Amino acid sequence: MEPLLEVKNLLMAFGGLLAIDGLDLTVNENEIVALIGPNGAGKTTLFNCITGIHKPTGGDIFINISNKKHYRINGLKPHKITESGMARTFQNIRLFPNMTVLENVMIGRHCRSHAGVAGAVLRNGKTRKEEKNIVEYCYNLLEKIELDPFVNEQAKNLPYGVQRRLEIVRAMATDPFLLLLDEPAAGMNNQETKELDALINKIRDEENIAILLIEHDMKLVMSLAEKIVVMDYGKKIAQGTPEEIKSNPVVIKAYLGEEDDT
Amino acid sequence: MREIIKSFTVSIWFMFLTFPIMVIKVNTIEKTIEWRWERLIFVGIGSFFLSFLWRYLITRKESGIKKAEAGEEIKQPLSQRFFEDRRLFFPALGGVIILTVTFPLFFSSYQTNIMTNALMYVMLGLGLNIVVGLAGLLDLGYVAFYAVGAYCYALLNYHFGIGFWAVLPIAAAMGALFGILLGFPVLRLRGDYLAIVTLGFGEMIRLILENWNKFSFGPSGIANIPRPTFFGYQFSFDHSFIYIYYLMISLTILTIFVVNRLQNSRIGRAWIALREDEIACQAMGIDIRKTKLTAFALGATWAGMVGVVFAAKTTFVNPASFTFMESAIILSLIVLGGMGSIIGVILGAFIFILLPEYLRAIEEYRMLVFGAAMVVMMVFRPQGLISNIRRTYEFRSSKKQ
Repeated sequence: MEPLLEVKNLLMAFGGLLAIDGLDLTVNENEIVALIGPNGAGKTTLFNCITGIHKPTGGDIFINISNKKHYRINGLKPHKITESGMARTFQNIRLFPNMTVLENVMIGRHCRSHAGVAGAVLRNGKTRKEEKNIVEYCYNLLEKIELDPFVNEQAKNLPYGVQRRLEIVRAMATDPFLLLLDEPAAGMNNQETKELDALINKIRDEENIAILLIEHDMKLVMSLAEKIVVMDYGKKIAQGTPEEIKSNPVVIKAYLGEEDDT
Repeated sequence: MREIIKSFTVSIWFMFLTFPIMVIKVNTIEKTIEWRWERLIFVGIGSFFLSFLWRYLITRKESGIKKAEAGEEIKQPLSQRFFEDRRLFFPALGGVIILTVTFPLFFSSYQTNIMTNALMYVMLGLGLNIVVGLAGLLDLGYVAFYAVGAYCYALLNYHFGIGFWAVLPIAAAMGALFGILLGFPVLRLRGDYLAIVTLGFGEMIRLILENWNKFSFGPSGIANIPRPTFFGYQFSFDHSFIYIYYLMISLTILTIFVVNRLQNSRIGRAWIALREDEIACQAMGIDIRKTKLTAFALGATWAGMVGVVFAAKTTFVNPASFTFMESAIILSLIVLGGMGSIIGVILGAFIFILLPEYLRAIEEYRMLVFGAAMVVMMVFRPQGLISNIRRTYEFRSSKKQ
C-alpha cells in the first residue's frame, strides 16, 4: 500500500539557512505520526512546506488518495492543498476571533461548496439547500466533538482548551484524509491533555483520518503515536516506534546535549 | 474627593492657558487694555465640569470592560435588543418607510436635495463597507470608482448620446472592472501598504481626468449632462429633484438588499474570515485571490452606479469633485457608524452628511463640534455606533438519547 503522504528529500532554504535539509517522511493511512525535535529544528517549517505556505526549495511532496490519485503538491497554493485533502491547525491559535463557533467551522466547508455571487444574491433553491447542508454538517461535527454548547459563542470568548479543540474541528470540516496538528497540547493542563489524547484517537478511529502532529509533551506523544520522527537542524535523526525512540542514543544526545566522557 | 481636586487643577490650568486670549483684549486704536474677568470664571467652571464628566465616563467604560473580563452577564446593547424585538422594530421600520416616501411632499426641494445627497453617501458607504468592513482591506481610493461612474455617463452621453438608464448598468460593470484592475496589483499587500497603494490609485484617476484634456476635457469638466428620464418622459427642473430622490431611494434599497444577502452568504463569510486572519483563511481552503478580487469588484460596483446618479443630478462633472477628501468622508462615515454593519453605515452616513448641513446655523463652529464629536466617539465607542451583530442559529439538539 502506498503511503498517504510522502515527503522525499525535501529542501527548504531561507537565504543561506537550510531550515530543512533533505528530509524524508511518510504517513500511512490511518496512522498517527508524531514529529518531535528541539526548538528550531524545522518542524513547523516542514508543516508550512507541506501545506503550501512556503514553497519548498527542492525535493518532492506526493499525496496518494486511496491508491488512485498520486500527485506532486510542491508549490501549490495553500487553498488547493486543503482542497486536495490536508488540513492543519496552528501553533498559536489562529481562529477567526469575531466569528461564532459555528461560522468558524462553516469556513472549513468553503472549499467543499460552490455558491457564487449570483447564488448569494438570488438565494435560489440550490444555494439555500447548500447553505442548509453546510449548517447541518457543521453542527453535527461540533456535536461529535462535544462543542455544541458553544455554537453561537464568539470564538474569542472561548476558554483556551476549547479554542484548541475548535481549531481541530474547523480543520476537520474541510473533509481531510490527513490532519496536521501543530502542538495541539501547548498550554494545556493535564486534564485537557488527556481529553485531547482521547479526541485524537477518536478522530482517527471514527473518521478514518490520518494524523501528523508536532508535540513537545512527551507523555502525549508516547501514548498517541505509532511512529515518531525526530528532527534536529532540519534533518531527520531518528525514526521508529515510541520504544525505539526512547532508548535511541542519538535522540537523547539531541535533547540533552553531548555527554562528556573525558 | 480626589476626582474633584484633579478636576480643580485642570480648570486652574485651563484658566491660566486661556488667560491671554480670553481675558485680555487690547484695543490698538485707543491704546487701552480691556480686562474681561468674568470670562475667566466661565472657562474655569466649564473646564471643571468637562474634565469631571470625561473622567467619569472613562471610569464607567473601564468598569464595563472589567465586568466583561470577569465573565459577568452583560446586558445586550440597546441597538441589538431593538432589532431583535419585533414589536419595536417593525413599527419603527414602517415609520421610516412612510417618512422616506412622503418626504418630498412636506419639505422643500432644498431639503429633498440634501436627502438625496445623504442617500448617495449611504450607497457609497455600503459599497466601501464590503471592502473595508467585511473583507478588512483598507481602501483609501474609493472615490476613483465614483469618478469612473460619473465620467462613464458624462462621456458616453457626450459622444454617443446614451441615456441614463442604459449607462447605469454599464457604469456598474465599469466600476467592477476598475475594482479588479486595482485589485490585481494589491493582492499581496495588506494593512498600511495597501492603504497607500489605494490612495495612490485614487489620485491617479483624478490626475488622469485632470490632465488628459482630449479624453476628459480636463479641469473644466463636462457640462449639460441630461437628467434621468422616466420611460422617456423628461421632468421639469423642480420635479426632477424629486424624481432623483425616489430613484436614489430605490437604488439604496437595492444596495441594502444585495449587500445584506452577500453578507450572509458563503462569499460573505469568506470575506469576514479574510478580515480576521488571512493565513488561517488560506489554510482553510479559501482562495484569497478570488475572494479579494470579488470584494474589490462588488464594492466598486456601487460607487460606479452612484457616480452616474451624481453626474445626472448635478448635470456637470469635473475632477474637483473626486478628491481624496471624498474617500476620507466615506471611510469616516463607515468607522463612525460601525464597520461591517449595514444599519450602522446608514446611520453614519445620515449623521455625517446631515449634521454639517443642519449645523449651518452655527457655521463657524460646526467643524469644531464635528471634530470633537469624532474624538469622543473614538474614545468611548471605537466599534462605531452600531456594531456588527453576528448571525446566530437555532438548533434542536439532534442527539439521540
